[in-house]
Amino acid sequence: MAIPARRRTADVIAFMFATLATLLGLVFLFWILWMTLREGAASLSPRLFTEMTPPPGESGGILNALYGSFVMIALGVVIGAPIGVAAGTYLAEHGRHSRVAAVSSFINDILLSAPSIVIGLFVYELVVKPFGHFSGFAGALSLAIILLPIVVRTTEESLRLIPDTMREAGFALGLPRWRVTRHILYKAAMSAIVTGVLLGVARIAGETAPLLFTALNNQFWSADLNAPLANLPVVIFQYAMSPYDEWHTLAWAAAFVLTAFVLILNILVRLLARKGRYR
Amino acid sequence: MNDVAPHIRIVPADIAAPVSGEISVDIRDLDFYYGKSHALKDVSMAIPANSVTAIIGPSGCGKSTLLRTINRIYELYPDQYAAGSIAIKGRNVLDRRYPLSDLRRLVGMVFQKPTPFPSSIRANVAFALSYYERLSKSELNDRIEAALRQAALWDEVKDKLNQSALGLSGGQQQRLCIARTIAVRPEILLLDEATSALDPISTAKIEELIHELREQFTIITVTHNMQQAARISQQTAFFHLGELIELGKTSDIFTNPREQRTKDYITGRFG
Repeated sequence: MAIPARRRTADVIAFMFATLATLLGLVFLFWILWMTLREGAASLSPRLFTEMTPPPGESGGILNALYGSFVMIALGVVIGAPIGVAAGTYLAEHGRHSRVAAVSSFINDILLSAPSIVIGLFVYELVVKPFGHFSGFAGALSLAIILLPIVVRTTEESLRLIPDTMREAGFALGLPRWRVTRHILYKAAMSAIVTGVLLGVARIAGETAPLLFTALNNQFWSADLNAPLANLPVVIFQYAMSPYDEWHTLAWAAAFVLTAFVLILNILVRLLARKGRYR
Repeated sequence: MNDVAPHIRIVPADIAAPVSGEISVDIRDLDFYYGKSHALKDVSMAIPANSVTAIIGPSGCGKSTLLRTINRIYELYPDQYAAGSIAIKGRNVLDRRYPLSDLRRLVGMVFQKPTPFPSSIRANVAFALSYYERLSKSELNDRIEAALRQAALWDEVKDKLNQSALGLSGGQQQRLCIARTIAVRPEILLLDEATSALDPISTAKIEELIHELREQFTIITVTHNMQQAARISQQTAFFHLGELIELGKTSDIFTNPREQRTKDYITGRFG
């Protein structure tokens, strides 16, 4: 039977819109990459990765900011990921039919969409104020709190995707719940859980607002977590807002590095998800 | 609930065990509920040891429910509960005080869809084994080999024990599931439509396997396939709407059923 012309036209129009929308998205992505690359080109050299953030009028790099960001992200993951995986496991496995789990899951959704500036203020009140100074540790804590609900949600969902027959097969062998969870379910969900953590890293890598209230920034090399710590997002913010041209190009270069990092992380996530897709 | 049933007992004529010999699973006055839905109604039947008992009946008749009651796997879900008694070795396994890991070590189960764990072939078999028993490496290897041989899988996998079990064919995966179940040396095997997801050749292999395993295990199998029930079992129970309609020697059930409903079902008039 021939398809009526009207439907065929509708099909073509829908396809065109979908393609255009996709192209539009890609255009912006490459535009951003291109602009950061072009504007930051002057500062994109090995010195970017070997020198500290310079005072006005001098050239330099962003080594201290890269280091600070790396340490705070790593510490954030170390704090946030285990708690997130444990909580996600509770929601998907132990608390399946409980009210507490349903309420926790709902609250986790709220935390997931909480503005990051609020989390920054929270940690400011909690840590920065009592200790009397900004610190890398406070920054890492705020990043951990942003990471946490992402890991909780992805862990819960990846465990829920495993068919119940897998659990039954484990329990039918007489194995206790923790053993079934650890040796069967985590193995089946491993790549999805790691994907969740990496997506969380991509998200916290660019967070600026919470770090403004917690880690602040540091013009110099510092590895002290108990003191203000340099980091990429706040360096970009401060240098871009400054009146100095050298700082502008450095901010662009830092933005390029950050964008490229998040892009690479996302590609990695894609590859991982494809490899480990559960049958 | 009676706590203790005698190990071997005389079965009343109305629920006669059709094959003489030791009773392995003694089910008495069993009721099962999915919430408010009454899925098994006052089922009493004696299942003899070292033989194959086939459970047949139309979809939703309670066949699988019966199996899921025997190893209490239903307890994973809220709102499902059983009343009555299922005595194995003289103890009512439905008693909450009966430890689940003891019960499930004694009663193994194989499911409709093969459920290999996402790890190596060896790990699939070693998993429950090393939980129950402290074995040296060589003992463990011996037990793994024995289980795989018993499941007629050894020759096909002996060179790739460390490869992922997910790479096996469906029939091989199902035999692996049987291997890891019998590795812990249960006495009773529950097969829940264990061949319905497999191709005819794999099905034939598993049927052959059931025939051999019968000497060592009490096998209870649920099947939709009546030819299969006729081929592999010594006694057959016909269930309809949660009731046990008829239990008898397989040859009697298929050639000379006493109940009209059994006759209608096996001749394909409903189901």
